[in-house]
Amino acid sequence: MRMPDLTALLTATAVFTSALAFAAKADEVHVLNWKGYGTDEPWAVEAFEKATGNKVINDFFNSEQEMLTKIRTNPGLYDVVMINAAFNDQAMDGKLIQPIDTSKLPNYADISKDKAGSPMLVHDGKVYGVPWVWGLTALAINEKSFDKPPTSIAEMWDAAHKGRVVIRDDAVEAVQFGAIATGQNINDIKDMDAVKTKLTSLMPQIKTFWSSENDWNQMVASNQIDIGTYWSGSADRAKTHFKLPVSLVVPQEGAVAWLDAFSIPVGAKNVAGAEAFINYMIDPKFYVEWVTKVGAPVSANTKAVEALPEDAFNRKVMGDPEVAKRIQFQAPITDAQREAYLALWQQLKVDVK
Amino acid sequence: MAAATASRSGLRSALPLLAPAYLWLTVAIFLPLSAMVFFSFMTELPLSGKPWAFTLGNYAAFFSQSLYLTLLLASLRLGLEVTLWCIVIGYPAAYVLAKVLKGRSREAIFLLVILPFWSNGLVRIFSWAMVLREGGILDTALNAVLPFKINIDLMYSYPAVIIGLVHSYVPYMVLTCYLTLQAIDDSLIEAGRSLGASRLQVLKRVIIPLSMPGLVAGAALIFVPVVGSFMEPRILGGRTGTFYGTVIEDQFVAVFNWPLGAALSFILLAVVLVILAAASPVLKRAA
Repeated sequence: MRMPDLTALLTATAVFTSALAFAAKADEVHVLNWKGYGTDEPWAVEAFEKATGNKVINDFFNSEQEMLTKIRTNPGLYDVVMINAAFNDQAMDGKLIQPIDTSKLPNYADISKDKAGSPMLVHDGKVYGVPWVWGLTALAINEKSFDKPPTSIAEMWDAAHKGRVVIRDDAVEAVQFGAIATGQNINDIKDMDAVKTKLTSLMPQIKTFWSSENDWNQMVASNQIDIGTYWSGSADRAKTHFKLPVSLVVPQEGAVAWLDAFSIPVGAKNVAGAEAFINYMIDPKFYVEWVTKVGAPVSANTKAVEALPEDAFNRKVMGDPEVAKRIQFQAPITDAQREAYLALWQQLKVDVK
Repeated sequence: MAAATASRSGLRSALPLLAPAYLWLTVAIFLPLSAMVFFSFMTELPLSGKPWAFTLGNYAAFFSQSLYLTLLLASLRLGLEVTLWCIVIGYPAAYVLAKVLKGRSREAIFLLVILPFWSNGLVRIFSWAMVLREGGILDTALNAVLPFKINIDLMYSYPAVIIGLVHSYVPYMVLTCYLTLQAIDDSLIEAGRSLGASRLQVLKRVIIPLSMPGLVAGAALIFVPVVGSFMEPRILGGRTGTFYGTVIEDQFVAVFNWPLGAALSFILLAVVLVILAAASPVLKRAA
């Protein structure tokens, strides 16, 4: 091949691929979410496509910062984006997401009032995020190691579990966990030194830092750990789907709660399709199937939770008013705070080497 | 004059042969790497759409916090240890392959050395996880054979990282040493022996010096990637698995701070180049 031909070919390929990437067709719904988190379930995509005639195209992110960057650099590409409520402010300030006309979402009326009205999602009376699911970062135990479930977070520091404790490799989560262990508000940590001291004394207890659900489940399956931080939805999935001896503990000191919501980016080409998709995602029918087939966090839609069996984990434990009193919802954190948390966490990890 | 013309026309005829490789290197390595150099001097990633400016802050971060230096030293130590173990394990194996085995058995053993290359690195590391953990294959097997009870739980420890990395990289040492060892004329060894040298003297005075280029090439091939490794320490190292490479990975994947990640990577590159340059007089003499 002669050089000019090659150059022409390369240029053509580049143009073609970028054209493909940006030509969002009218009947396509481009969704941005974590991988393996509901929106990309093949049965759900198929059911939605059949019902509405829209084609769903999923794209994924690995961190909230990456998600924000993807919306910022691809204006008009995405129609639906899943944003943790604590990041909604940042997305709105950057003019990345638009107000949602909730009258187009029949299921919106069933969303619990405290979630729908969350000041993190509603600004000046306009809705910038539709609550989807919420869950906890609490403790989970290996049932084989306990006669009766512990009630206190202090169990993580118990010398009896030395080398059999895990914690997620995430700076924000670790610092907020330390705040709960020292009796502080996770969104307004006054005594950072106390958090540092508390976490420093936890480090020698730790076996490893987990990063995925699979890590956690493998370690329980081979009986290598007793206790660790875990997500409520994942603990449920480990128990019901993988039949592992795992149960969630919401310690008396409290737990970190998070709320995930759907937003529509500014410049979305298929707003009607986006509204239909969000409505489908908060529908009780989808939710029950998701919980039964895969395992999921708690829906923000009260009717969806009521559609679960009485003894379902997401209804019985997570719906318990006693639990509701103890949990603290994550509020937005600034970039400076995030960097400070990361520096603290890295230092702790180096000190324990 | 004639020679110059000849070499120029030689270059011209070689150009079509060289072009694809160099074009590929330019597109696939030089351009992305220069972009990374550019990013490492920025306050924000230009892709992020936020305003950005040039800064030396990302490089300054390395010097302002002691933890990066601590981790870099830990990674360099890891690189040295892994290289050493690869020599200890790989060199004798290469010698046996080159000088002792012949024909079919050599082919079979050679295949066994190369075999790990054909499987994905992640698969290899996860299979080590099954072997090394408490109640894992090694633990169970030893307790089935031994009359007394021992408890082997190497998983999530520094030795586990060494074992995983040595396993991944030892074929490089075997292959490079095999090539140089095989090229040694057997008559040189026979001559040494017939002139009264002991086996050890032959090894020290003939075999090792002649195979030095292979050893050096293998060591460089192993040392450089191990210093920057992040997957093996993260999976096998547990609490002790924080290294320079894992911190760089965090910057790219977890917190999306590409400028700092790029700066840390280039500091690593510079340190490795300085080490190789400092070692080059020794290496040149050896080669």
